[in-house]
Amino acid sequence: MAGKLLVSATINGEAVEFLCEPQQSLLTCLRDILGLTGAKEGCNDGNCGACSVLLNGRLVNSCLVLAAEVEGCDIVTVEGLASWQGLHPLQEAFIAEDALQCGYCTPGMLIASKALLDRNPNPTEQEIRSWLAGNLCRCTGYDKIVRAVQAAAQHLESSRRIERVAEKG
Amino acid sequence: MDADVDPTVAGPPSPGLSVVGSRPPRVDASDKVVGRARYAMDVSLPGMLVGKVLRSPHAHARIVSIDTRPAEALPGVFAVVTAADLPPIDPEDKRASGEQTFQDRTFASRKVLYVGHPVAAVAARTEAIADEALSRIVVQYEVLPAVTDVMEAVREDAPILHEGLRPRSLAGQDDSPTNVASYFEQVKGDPAAGFAEADVIVERVFRTKMVHQGYLEPHVSTATWNDRGDLTIYATTQGSFAVRDHVVRLLRLPMSRVRVIPMEVGGAFGGKNSSYVDGTAALLARKARRPVKVAMSRFETFQATGPSSGTVIRVKMGATRDGRITAAEATLTYEAGAYPGSPVGSGAHVMFSPYVIPNGRIEGYDVVVNRPAVDSYRAPGATPACFAAEQVVNELADRLGVDPIDFRLRNSASEGSEALDGTVQGSIGAVEVLEAAKAHPHYTAPLGGANRGRGVAHAFWGNWGARSSVTITVNPDGTVALLTGSVDVTGTRTSIAMQAAEVLGLPLERVKATVGDTDAIGYSDVSAGSRTTVATGHAAVKAAKDVIAKMCARAADIWGVPVDGIAFRDGVFRTTGDIARAFTFVELAGLLPDTGNVVIGVGNVDVGDWGASFGTHIADVEVDPETGKVTLLRYTVVQDVGKAIHPVEVEGQLQGGATQGIGWALYEGYDYDSNGQMLNPTLLDYKLPTMMDVPAIETVLVEVPYPGHPFGARGVGETPIMPPPAAIAEAIYQAVGARVCDLPMTPARILESLGII
Repeated sequence: MAGKLLVSATINGEAVEFLCEPQQSLLTCLRDILGLTGAKEGCNDGNCGACSVLLNGRLVNSCLVLAAEVEGCDIVTVEGLASWQGLHPLQEAFIAEDALQCGYCTPGMLIASKALLDRNPNPTEQEIRSWLAGNLCRCTGYDKIVRAVQAAAQHLESSRRIERVAEKG
Repeated sequence: MDADVDPTVAGPPSPGLSVVGSRPPRVDASDKVVGRARYAMDVSLPGMLVGKVLRSPHAHARIVSIDTRPAEALPGVFAVVTAADLPPIDPEDKRASGEQTFQDRTFASRKVLYVGHPVAAVAARTEAIADEALSRIVVQYEVLPAVTDVMEAVREDAPILHEGLRPRSLAGQDDSPTNVASYFEQVKGDPAAGFAEADVIVERVFRTKMVHQGYLEPHVSTATWNDRGDLTIYATTQGSFAVRDHVVRLLRLPMSRVRVIPMEVGGAFGGKNSSYVDGTAALLARKARRPVKVAMSRFETFQATGPSSGTVIRVKMGATRDGRITAAEATLTYEAGAYPGSPVGSGAHVMFSPYVIPNGRIEGYDVVVNRPAVDSYRAPGATPACFAAEQVVNELADRLGVDPIDFRLRNSASEGSEALDGTVQGSIGAVEVLEAAKAHPHYTAPLGGANRGRGVAHAFWGNWGARSSVTITVNPDGTVALLTGSVDVTGTRTSIAMQAAEVLGLPLERVKATVGDTDAIGYSDVSAGSRTTVATGHAAVKAAKDVIAKMCARAADIWGVPVDGIAFRDGVFRTTGDIARAFTFVELAGLLPDTGNVVIGVGNVDVGDWGASFGTHIADVEVDPETGKVTLLRYTVVQDVGKAIHPVEVEGQLQGGATQGIGWALYEGYDYDSNGQMLNPTLLDYKLPTMMDVPAIETVLVEVPYPGHPFGARGVGETPIMPPPAAIAEAIYQAVGARVCDLPMTPARILESLGII
């Protein structure tokens, strides 16, 4: 078996170094080596989205990324969504709208939703459903998730408006 | 009603509830949105090894030999186990055959019965070493002909799975081996006379495929032993005690030696009532003398955990011109998978039960085939039966030219009416649900386009009660710790805590609900059968009343008055005599440490009285006549939920259940080749509904309180999976005239039904 590789990356804003086997996925290393168990394994072949993370701002299935590939990359997992100021508006909205049951898809759903709102701050319902179609949820029937993403988008939009007003001073 | 359930708490819910019926955030949500919630997949213990299972590549084969030595010799391998490591079975024991079957489900001893049947397992330092070790185990098989189709399995010349199997109800009449594990027949009235009386008769045969629960978290278990012989298991399960009892039976351990810690559950839907890898992890960990975690892959989950039966169902129903159902007949043939035990009885029980039908006959067959043994899936056995019966009900209404909801109302069950199988309905909301569906704007909204259609379907599900345990400990600051033995798979920590808070007169924030492990709390049955909010709610109410009684006694002690001179109302303990004294709950809680022992309320119940549930669904579809693709335009679920303890969670159950039913209707199904190999064991090829496939599902909660529950609650989780296939099939028929009788209703099936291909 080949030797281990040293990987340096930024994860949730922190510089991190870890050793991985060449065949190990980013998901495995996040969970088993770095203790970041928020991203979940549902299928390990890129079809459920439970392992979604942001890789240099791009939404990826971390089960399909080799850990050795993330050298020098910036990674955001569900553990990095909240800040010292509190939960991310998406997290607040998922709680308020009851957009989860078992919660296993929730980390991936939140990360995918963040990736959507980062690109498209005011998505339509159809755009939300289309973007999140790669994230399976077996519990909720999706309706409350759509509402939560809409509520978070509205919240973020009003925060931006307040910031703009404040800037104009 | 069980004697343990306090009859004084029964009755319709009082007005003025402050917690029950409100919509607080679920208590588990905040940990789940930050990735802090701990699932069984997240467990890691010092020195933990990776456990992996070697599975049969054949659907049916005799095991000639297993050589594990090459695997054992590999550095980094700590244990290899097979059926030979399970406790020996005394052939003279009258339970020997049952125990052999039980053990064979964990490791095949003589024969493998499906692709994926476990044969051996290894524990190794890393996953890579474990995989290498599996590849070094040499199993010699004598491959046998396999049968995966239920109708082929009942033929006389079919390969026989279990040489000793005789049909249960026909034992003694025919002594030749069979794949028919059991057979039943129920008759009511005079079916022939009933059909003779009918003006219209519809008879059809329906076929449905095996489907999977599709929980996103695969089965996983971590086991660790100490040197005293105590075993601890971290499980993903609907019932920690079910896991304990499984492992105790498999390894023949004293119950007190096994502690099962239920972790957060990543979806279950009936598929985590059974153990698949808990015993394997325990066996490996004992042999390796290290903690072992066994996690199934998605591939293994499809191939080797219990899905729901594929079925063939013949239905015949007759009605008079004035819309009265005179007779019904059905033959249900259900795949059991590798071992007997399909939910054919449950399908038979529910399929005609929404209606009063004077004459009828139902036959059921439980048939073993070379597929994984089936397990429960949300309203086990009921969805295919509902699909079949409700399509025929719709066709009758159509042929008679009557509105399908009016036709159902004309024949509806009501309190005291007797179903075809003899079940007498208790307090039910069948009529209320049908009327609410008829009054819903969806039912009369214009369809607004060509190739569009609307369908309805209606379902009855009986629900469940059973055993639950709750304790409530009062803290000196006036908060309480509620411990339940019921695993929370849907949000029941919240709905149980709400019921306790209501009785205690406390805000929900003061009730901390925790799921206890098997050492910490009394026996509780699996969280299944839509029972948990109802039955464990009974237990919580009982425990809360016990707390109140004990605190009343303490107040009486402190004040030096008789206990019957104390009343508890609106969160305050007061004297009822001349001298007015009062303690708030918080004040009295603060005095507890200095005035006596700890106050712990106990609620153990075995609930024997619970309310059934009815649901009516309305589906609008558009069918592309060229491609056969079905688009769901609008979907409404109307259901009698009793009193909704937490209406948002109830909505979530209805939406989630309906979505699983939609998947069953349009997308899902196991496909096999002639060798018994599953062709679609990935989430790419076995398609679950995505966010793009379902519309925003509207819900109507019809509250017909169940008088046997303290707050009138009914089980709500299972009913909503049943109606979607029949409602969508009817909508397709109304849209394009194709009557589809097979699930899933793929584009190809629809084009076939239209005669295009």
